[in-house]
Amino acid sequence: MTKSKYSKSFLLKLYQQMLEIRLFEESLIEPILSGEIKTPCHLYTGEEAVAVGVCAALNKKDYAFGNHRSHGHYLAKGGDLKALMSEIFGKSTGCSRGRGGSMHIIDKKAGFLGATPIIAGTVPLAVGTALALKIKKKNRLTVTFFGDGATAEGVISEAFNFSALHKLPILFICENNLYATHMPITESLANPKIYLQPKTYGIKSVRADGNDVIKVFETAKKMITQIKKHKGPAFIEFLTYRMRGHVGPDDNIQGTHTDIRKSREIEVWKKRDPIKKMEKFLIKNKFLDQSKIKKNYQKINKKIEQAKTFSRHSPYPKKNELLKYVFKK
Amino acid sequence: MFLKNKKQINKRFLSYSLAINEAVYQMMSKNKSVFVIGQGVKSPWYVGNTCRDLLKKFGPKMVMDTPISENVTTGVGIGAGMVNMKPIVIFPRMDFMMYALDPIINEAANWHYMFGGKANADVVIRAIINRGGEQGAQHSQALQSLFTHIPGLKVVMPATAYDAKGLMISAIRDPNPVIYIDDRWLYDVKDHVPQKIYSVPIGKGAIRKIGKDITIVAISYMVKEALIAAAELRKQKIDAEIIDLRSAWPIDIPLIIKSVKKTGRLLITEAAWSSGSISSEINSQIARQSFKYLKAPIERLCLPDCPAPVSKILEQAYYLTSKDVIKKVKNILNYV
Repeated sequence: MTKSKYSKSFLLKLYQQMLEIRLFEESLIEPILSGEIKTPCHLYTGEEAVAVGVCAALNKKDYAFGNHRSHGHYLAKGGDLKALMSEIFGKSTGCSRGRGGSMHIIDKKAGFLGATPIIAGTVPLAVGTALALKIKKKNRLTVTFFGDGATAEGVISEAFNFSALHKLPILFICENNLYATHMPITESLANPKIYLQPKTYGIKSVRADGNDVIKVFETAKKMITQIKKHKGPAFIEFLTYRMRGHVGPDDNIQGTHTDIRKSREIEVWKKRDPIKKMEKFLIKNKFLDQSKIKKNYQKINKKIEQAKTFSRHSPYPKKNELLKYVFKK
Repeated sequence: MFLKNKKQINKRFLSYSLAINEAVYQMMSKNKSVFVIGQGVKSPWYVGNTCRDLLKKFGPKMVMDTPISENVTTGVGIGAGMVNMKPIVIFPRMDFMMYALDPIINEAANWHYMFGGKANADVVIRAIINRGGEQGAQHSQALQSLFTHIPGLKVVMPATAYDAKGLMISAIRDPNPVIYIDDRWLYDVKDHVPQKIYSVPIGKGAIRKIGKDITIVAISYMVKEALIAAAELRKQKIDAEIIDLRSAWPIDIPLIIKSVKKTGRLLITEAAWSSGSISSEINSQIARQSFKYLKAPIERLCLPDCPAPVSKILEQAYYLTSKDVIKKVKNILNYV
């Protein structure tokens, strides 16, 4: 990244959003380890540039769906931070009223229509909302976030075929973080060049650096133009890396340092930290200095602490409301 | 025309399959969000005449014939139902629905609950039981009990043309995922079907024949056989009360209890496997709630617990008729 063609405020917004997601995720680690948070949290640390860059290219009214690792998608799409924190604490003030936890989150006002943890489970739903947009002739689109592991699910191929066949306005975002739960990509996919998969259906597809938020934004913007021009789906594979475990701070078993990844690999990716990278760029362009950085951290940490306090003081759902919401009345 | 009575003379009669067709046609005309999606929806070979004229009237955008991709097709329907569309996803053979269990069970059924009531999967999933004719194991299954097991799903199984239309309209109006199961063996059944739009409540059964000696709860296709059996039993001075369950979930337990209080005997019949089924659920609930009224053990008449065979001799042994109902009723009445 060299000199910027974007405004200072836009770039700072991207940076702050990434930082907010990072600090939100990292703030969960202590309560996870202490047992205060029990719901399985799949942390997004290290992948922030993808959610932030893609969502910056969307309109507020565009739809988004997530997966098991979606705190970042939810926040980047404009989801309410307090409601997310409360949901993770299992409180009635949570975005899913304490019925969802970390893995089932929603903020319809922000166009974030739902994240669920069955791998690739929300992808066909996202295709359905894109179909609805097409039927109703709305000039909008749906974005669906999923990981490299999801591309081994059969329904992904069905979704490529269906959305290409019917020329639906959908942007597939694959976050390739090199691991499908515990499984390295080389043991999971016969061809790790995921972006080649949709090409066979005639879908515009590219691979890009997922740790460079400006590149992410530009790639998403370009592909959205393709979607609108060609009236059909597009696919982006973002190369990125999760700095935490598949679930919780470390891999496999929370808090016991059972990370299966090579420490050298982790060191290499730490150097590509999307937030550090953006920080450097902003400093170079004189949009940011050390004191501003410090203030930023403090400001965001304060917001997160307030959300935590709010969540801790919020009531749990009532026991006598256990059966509420099985059916919509 | 097993429901024809004096009152219904001069009224319009329509077949079960055309009643489904009329419900969908009228609801699509009335509400521009209703659309049909599924494999073979433009082919009578797949869906009989239940989709007659839909393509002609509403066009391929609203009557979407799909690739053989049950998982994505169902997910697409469910997703569209999350953003103010009202899809009717169609499975011409219920067996193929197994590819779509993830969107139905993990997503649609849980959607309202797991998001604390903030969102709902507004969708009708119509499955056709297409049995007989030596089709064998994978083209004959009646799998309703898989779905009645799941919280968040409603399951309707009309047995009359009147209900085929009324329950389809209710299913379309219901904001929850509704599994609508129709049986090809009922397609030619004709009864009174009003031309207007009307609904049949989900979760309510209907008494098809009043009786005092035994209650027969029948589901879908077996309502027809139970009524034939009841007519025959009447000649032998046995007066059976026939309840058409209509909705497999929620089950109208109060209606059954009321009847069992009177008759003291209960037979549940369903053209599906008995183990872990709707009929076992009814059996359990009535045994618990109506124990003191029972004069004989509750009995069930279901398909044998084996896959559908092909050879016609085995098929005859497998499927149920009114004769099996009569035999079972007599056994119950002979209990001392």
